[in-house]
Amino acid sequence: MQTFDLEANGLRALNAALQAQSQQTNETAWEVVNAKGSHAIAVGLDAPIDVTVRGSTGYYCAGMNAQATIRVDGSAGPGVAENMMSGTVIVEGDASQYAGATGHGGLLVIKGNASSRCGISMKGIDIVVQGNVGHMSAFMAQSGNMVVCGDAGDALGDSIYEARLFVRGSVKSLGADCVEKEMRPEHIEILADLIERSGVDAKPEEFKRYGSARQLYNFNIDNAY
Amino acid sequence: MAKDDTHAPRTLPIQSATFTPEVNAEIRRAAATGIYDIRGGGAKRRVPHFDDLLFLGASVSRYPLEGYRERCDTNVVLGSRYASKPIEIDIPITIAGMSFGALSAQAKESLGRGASAAGTSTTTGDGGMTPEERGQSSKLVYQYLPSRYGMNPVDLRKADAIEVVVGQGAKPGGGGMLLGQKISDRVAEMRNLPKGIDQRSACRHPDWTGPDDLEIKILELREITNWEKPIYVKVGGARPYFDTTLAVKAGADVVVLDGMQGGTAATQDVFIEHVGQPILACIRESVRALQDLGMHRQVQLIVSGGIRTGADVAKALALGADATAIGTAALIAIGDNDPKWEAEYNELGTTAGAYDDWHEGQDPAGISTQDPELSKRLDPVEAGRRLNNYLKVMTLEAQTLARACGKSHVLNLEPEDLCALTLEAAAMAKVPLSGTDWWPGKPGTTF
Repeated sequence: MQTFDLEANGLRALNAALQAQSQQTNETAWEVVNAKGSHAIAVGLDAPIDVTVRGSTGYYCAGMNAQATIRVDGSAGPGVAENMMSGTVIVEGDASQYAGATGHGGLLVIKGNASSRCGISMKGIDIVVQGNVGHMSAFMAQSGNMVVCGDAGDALGDSIYEARLFVRGSVKSLGADCVEKEMRPEHIEILADLIERSGVDAKPEEFKRYGSARQLYNFNIDNAY
Repeated sequence: MAKDDTHAPRTLPIQSATFTPEVNAEIRRAAATGIYDIRGGGAKRRVPHFDDLLFLGASVSRYPLEGYRERCDTNVVLGSRYASKPIEIDIPITIAGMSFGALSAQAKESLGRGASAAGTSTTTGDGGMTPEERGQSSKLVYQYLPSRYGMNPVDLRKADAIEVVVGQGAKPGGGGMLLGQKISDRVAEMRNLPKGIDQRSACRHPDWTGPDDLEIKILELREITNWEKPIYVKVGGARPYFDTTLAVKAGADVVVLDGMQGGTAATQDVFIEHVGQPILACIRESVRALQDLGMHRQVQLIVSGGIRTGADVAKALALGADATAIGTAALIAIGDNDPKWEAEYNELGTTAGAYDDWHEGQDPAGISTQDPELSKRLDPVEAGRRLNNYLKVMTLEAQTLARACGKSHVLNLEPEDLCALTLEAAAMAKVPLSGTDWWPGKPGTTF
């Protein structure tokens, strides 16, 4: 286990060390201490390493992550795992706005609640939130899966494209062009896999699926307001 | 007077200056379709521009440099504030961001070839980086846009600079839409969306709002790219003093300022013509912000929006810019709106020079299209050669004017080298009205 004191050694040294790890590195286990809400912790990683950040993080922790498993042993600030390409990011506490924004791949697990715009413009990432998500979550979500074990706030899935949304609790309101959809066997399969991989205590049958009505896919003046 | 007196004087038919034939036609079109007009390009209305400025030249009080003989350098370094690998371009003209998707792959390759031959940079657009343009661009600026279509850390690290796009001159405060007819398999794959559906680009970034967030976003981008890449911030010509101030505060290495004449691939005509300011009105305010911060020439300023000639370039530099960017002019250089396609433009209901339905993907020149047959009309090697020629001519023109003002580097041009032909241009450029030593708003004077 490599332990890195962020306060003592600084952000540039941390990210440079983590980004320097190769595919074959022996230094696969890292611990970051004294995070103290710093921004841009463990960004741009591209190696199969495990990083645990002790304490809460600021903006963009695990931004553009590829391959790495990054665990935040606290809560995460805005934009955790933004534009993630692959790998896994786990937030033990809550996540602020834009969690998983524009993510292309990988798995983001938030064990607490996620704030507004969770999964905004997601492009293939899988997001599992064990608590609730705030308003405008999955706005313009293009592809991937979002699982919400609690409730969803206003305007869920506004202007959504092909992403799949699974919500166990209530949905305060659906956004434009987002509708409840039939839960078919292939969706149960996807959901069961995500539940298992994220360690959630839930059953697929407890969820409803939401997605695009595909009425906004081509410009039509009747859709303007 | 007899009722049948046909020789009596009569009032001539008078067309309204308010309800012009163009206005009336648009009213009828709107009434018939119920849809506002969407088009490409920038503002077509007449606005105060570089044509309204003149260089004074040298005489007794200034001495000129010998044309063709005495050196007049044109190189510019961009991104020296924080980036460990700033870009040096040979000429003060860059190619503005235009997307693969809006443009054909051949057009993007042409831009890369021409820019590289001329020793300058080209820029990606909404939709990500294609291998063609990376391969043919010796210096490539990678745009970081609200949609994040195609955004990934591998391409980010391949870039020579990163341009965080906050806005553009054609539509400050607006997003974009690539209509479904231009969404080929390849464009769809790069954008993670199904083929044939409209692809909306949001008007603001998904994971930050405001200058304080932007500062952290720039930090993240620098951390991902090892603090090597210059970070540009591009803004539309809206509130140039404050936007420049906040971009610098957020940590930009370079500010890109785009006036309302700057083009877009597709947006509402009402947006293009009625939002934002002419580039002439923006430059001095942006420079004033840099000077107030002590950052003029430390943070470089690239201006765009209606740059057509070496004279425009030289005037922009004289007003304080470090470099310029061209978009529409570059497309014209590689063949856009060429009269040789007149018959096909007529079939589309338009004429060469006025074709602006770039969003429909039927461009006869093979530039603003994804149609494979139309795209094949554009030879990237030949088109790249034309762009290189054009960039060389603009550079020679700018050098000629700089030498006439006695400058050994184009960046030595200054506002004192200029006068204005109109009150409006004098006020915007803050240079004297021709024949006077005064401009509206000149400190110590009243108007």
